Amino acid sequence: MSMTGDLLHTVDAEDLSAARIRLGRGLVWGAFGLLAALFAVQALFVSQVTSLGFDNWRPVLFGYMLWAIALCVSRVLIYGEQGKKALFVLPAALFVISMVVFPLVFALWISFSDWNLASLTGRRFNGLDNVRQMMADPFYWNAMYNMVLYTAVILVEYAIAFGLALLLNADIAARKFWRVTFLLPLMLSPVAVSWMIGKSMLEVRFGPLAKLARWLGWENPSFFSSPELAKFTIMAMDAWTFIPFMMIMILAGLQAMPKEVLEAAEVDGATPWQRFWEVTFPLMLPVSITAIMIRIIFKLKLADIIINVTSGGPGGATDSVTSFIFREYRDRSNVGYGTLLAIVYLIIIVIFMTLLLKLSERLVRRYTGAG
Amino acid sequence: MATVTHDDFDRRQRMRWWAMRITIYSLLIIWAAICLFPIFWTLTTSFKVARNVMQGDILPWLEFTPKWLGWRSLGLSPDTIGNVSTVREEFLKRFYNSAIISVSASALAVMLGSLAAYGLSRFSYRFGFMRNSDISFFFLSQLILPPVVLALPFLVLYKELVLLDTRIGMIAIYTLMVLPIVIWIMRDQFASVPVELEEAALVDGLSIWGGFTRIVVPLVLPGMVAAFILSLVLCWNEYFFAALLTATDAKTLPVMIASQTGSQGINWWSMAALSAAGIIPLVIIGIVLEKHIIKGMTAGAVK
Repeated sequence: MSMTGDLLHTVDAEDLSAARIRLGRGLVWGAFGLLAALFAVQALFVSQVTSLGFDNWRPVLFGYMLWAIALCVSRVLIYGEQGKKALFVLPAALFVISMVVFPLVFALWISFSDWNLASLTGRRFNGLDNVRQMMADPFYWNAMYNMVLYTAVILVEYAIAFGLALLLNADIAARKFWRVTFLLPLMLSPVAVSWMIGKSMLEVRFGPLAKLARWLGWENPSFFSSPELAKFTIMAMDAWTFIPFMMIMILAGLQAMPKEVLEAAEVDGATPWQRFWEVTFPLMLPVSITAIMIRIIFKLKLADIIINVTSGGPGGATDSVTSFIFREYRDRSNVGYGTLLAIVYLIIIVIFMTLLLKLSERLVRRYTGAG
Repeated sequence: MATVTHDDFDRRQRMRWWAMRITIYSLLIIWAAICLFPIFWTLTTSFKVARNVMQGDILPWLEFTPKWLGWRSLGLSPDTIGNVSTVREEFLKRFYNSAIISVSASALAVMLGSLAAYGLSRFSYRFGFMRNSDISFFFLSQLILPPVVLALPFLVLYKELVLLDTRIGMIAIYTLMVLPIVIWIMRDQFASVPVELEEAALVDGLSIWGGFTRIVVPLVLPGMVAAFILSLVLCWNEYFFAALLTATDAKTLPVMIASQTGSQGINWWSMAALSAAGIIPLVIIGIVLEKHIIKGMTAGAVK
């Protein structure tokens, strides 16, 4: 798509009157003035400079929404047909900016403070104390290390998902039945999964999986006793939910693959093993990388299962960063420290994902020989 | 090699074919069992009594007689369905909350996301230094944002805005959560609609918005449905934000299920009934609307 000019051209032959443009400008600035005034009144009231104000900040929110609507209307008033095009993107952009950018800036502000929501003292700026505390917090870095392990396991999940996709793509009867069955785990809520599998099926005394383990010769099958075992159990449960996701994407890729290429390879006398590694796998690389990337993004948010099954135990061995911060807040209700940890996590994620994107681009280019 | 007769070769090929069949189907059956057993276990446990749970009975009717115990404790068994039940009230309230929040959030996200994706696929924008590709990236990059980064600031902001524990607040958060996914799906959908259609509509005197609503939307409706269903599943299952930002009024079903495990030990049969009630809607959606879910997940991945 070319960067200059629209894909869909429109003819704009209208003459917008000066009054109309003035009205548009006035509307935006008027609404902005109202918003600023509301904000100022409330800010002064909260900091106890004046006695006039509202019970809460909600009027400011209404002021913001009014301003957002005024901004949208003014685009049409000022720019006519061109302005109507802006209306497509503007609502979503305003929504995301107000819901992400503003809270992020706010998060930076509270991350350098000691703010216990339960106490009455309110927010107290404490400089770099939180950073120092973070550097010395073994549990946070342990959670970070766990995330590395949890993310690394995606390769195993990917291998299983690829295998399943190949199975589903094979010449089988009742393909739809198998596909629906394999998809089901993805539909279930992690909370229900953590109860169903983590609490019930893995229960030491009478859970079916514990029984199976005993039958296989494991004397005391407690799946959360040692740190390594507990980590593995969490990984397995998370994999159970998300393997269908990668499987479906890879399956779509397999079905879109040109049949002629495989047939040509067969005619040339390639063994099935060669056909897979020399033809199927390289052709599937772009889809695989997309699937793995999205899976990594979801994995980095992993928390629900851990919170509900182990609460990070034993001794923080299964903690993910998210579940650790969740407990940190639940136990001490310190917003400041938790937010700083989250911000640091975000920074690490952004750097990691950027590197990964660059790396995968290079990988695809080398394998497909393009560029 | 010369000793291998034609028959021999034929038989060997047939043997290999059968071996292949058997391997494929046994693998399929094993994985299907892995997928289905937890669901089966939850459903059957909800019909067990204490003794059956302790013995770890698996097969209904053969190993144990199904009883309505679990469902009775929820007030959803045949003999209690007519009675007044506080647990059922609570459950229905949470169910209703979950339904309202996830449907509204998904609808809102599909609306905002489709508009944005359409605009980005048809017109070129400049917001300051940001061009189309930057704006697209800005939207999609929200996907990376871990919820924990936003959770605590939202906690404080919502407290100030009195949006804590309200459905509106949760709808806003969930809309934000699924918006990048909707944009990702819809971008792909709009790219497959030929621009000539809209050009013809413009020539015929429709405005761009008229062309969008009357020509383009009907064409991409299947994609919008796919995005909606996928969003619905994600919102219905969301736990993290709901656990932090709701307390009594807007509490959703996952939070209710999670909160049961802590108190008074575990009441296996009623927990199983509750979990089953929580997952049944999604299992049904998964079975009936599987096509749409797959369509949503694979959009943009396969060119």
